[in-house]
Amino acid sequence: MAMHTINLTVNGSRESLVVPSNMTLMRMLRETLALTGTKNGCSAGECGACTVLFNGEPVNSCMVLAVECDEAEIVTVEGLAHDQQLDPLQDAIIQAGGVQCGFCTPGILISARALLNRNPNPSEEEIKEALVGNLCRCTGYVRIIKSIQEAARMAAAAS
Amino acid sequence: MVTIPHPTLPEFDYIRPKTLAEASYFLAEHGPEARAFSGGTDVFVRMRDGALPPKFLVDVKNLDGMRDLRFDPLSGLIIGAAVSMNAVISAPEVQAHYPLLAEACRSVASYQLRTRATIAGNICNASPAGDSIGACLALDASLCIHGTAGARRETLAGFFLGPGKTRLQPGDIVTAVCLPPPPPGCAGVYLKLGRNRLSDLSIVGLAALGSPNSDCPSGYRFRIVLASVAPVPLVAGRAEAYLAEHPATPDAFRQAAQLAYEECAPIDDVRSSARYRKLMVRNLTESALSQVWQALHP
Repeated sequence: MAMHTINLTVNGSRESLVVPSNMTLMRMLRETLALTGTKNGCSAGECGACTVLFNGEPVNSCMVLAVECDEAEIVTVEGLAHDQQLDPLQDAIIQAGGVQCGFCTPGILISARALLNRNPNPSEEEIKEALVGNLCRCTGYVRIIKSIQEAARMAAAAS
Repeated sequence: MVTIPHPTLPEFDYIRPKTLAEASYFLAEHGPEARAFSGGTDVFVRMRDGALPPKFLVDVKNLDGMRDLRFDPLSGLIIGAAVSMNAVISAPEVQAHYPLLAEACRSVASYQLRTRATIAGNICNASPAGDSIGACLALDASLCIHGTAGARRETLAGFFLGPGKTRLQPGDIVTAVCLPPPPPGCAGVYLKLGRNRLSDLSIVGLAALGSPNSDCPSGYRFRIVLASVAPVPLVAGRAEAYLAEHPATPDAFRQAAQLAYEECAPIDDVRSSARYRKLMVRNLTESALSQVWQALHP
């Protein structure tokens, strides 16, 4: 199988990797770069546990080839915090109790970050629609939605 | 130590041609062993399930013009084959002139899937359930195709031959989906009945478009395209013809819905029974037509 050299940015650091054709972005993150915050749920683009930002837009990393990430900028859940400060979304989801087993949380945080980046003041309906592709089997979404609303409020108050 | 390997894609070689000519030549040379892809949202799932074992995946999304989206009031809309559904949904030109297409795309899977999914991919995958296809057919779309003999254009009507089967020949690459200017004064709706409200494949999908049209004795032209109820995306031609002849009234909508019911040929599958699908075609058609009528006369 063909191997490919790719250069990309992951959570702000430059990486140069050699990847096989059939390696997904999800496997590259977890198994090559040891970034295990990105979870593998379904490997079929359904559950959203592997969601990361690809050039600023959320994607299911199980549905992207590593070789397609040449010159791309990837942000995983490990890259949300800056300067020892959690992303306001991370603070809010802890405060609201929006985490139980935690498996869906990285994907939820990435989808929510992408939502707030494109729409800083989403309605409850818009939040629900943005999370259609992120399945949670524990909390039932109520506290997750509350935490996203709270993060949006905090960001509005701070600006 | 226990290792649990992640389910992975079967082995293949990833190919990134530099030009359309190179891509068409490679695809023609390798026939069924090579497959063009853009977002991969259908291809990867089918490969993982073992349903599709290509030796070569040919990445066509970076080729010339594939990411263009252009609107011209006279010639209409050109959507490059690699333009993501999210980009289509958020494009002001689409929202202003083709809201039916945006609505249909919004019903597809999830936001993160639509970052990668494309309308051209939806069309090439040729699933009878393809959500964006009905809107394209209702809006009289055509396809720009690059093959070994160069570029050509084909209408979308007649493109589908069966589930997963199209008129595309080895070496053919769809480079853009083209929509003529929308019919003046048109209104449309996409109704999708799934097992849940969002994100699922459809049990029945229905794109309906109506517009004032002096060529039709009734004064209005209606387009009705059904998803998931036939081997191909189904234009309900008899229902459309009936509404071209008969003035739009609740009774006429009921009669057109009955014709759509008779025209469709669904199967039983994991999502629904054929019987339920047929009944829902009738109910959804009647409902869609009255919604379109109300939107035409606010």
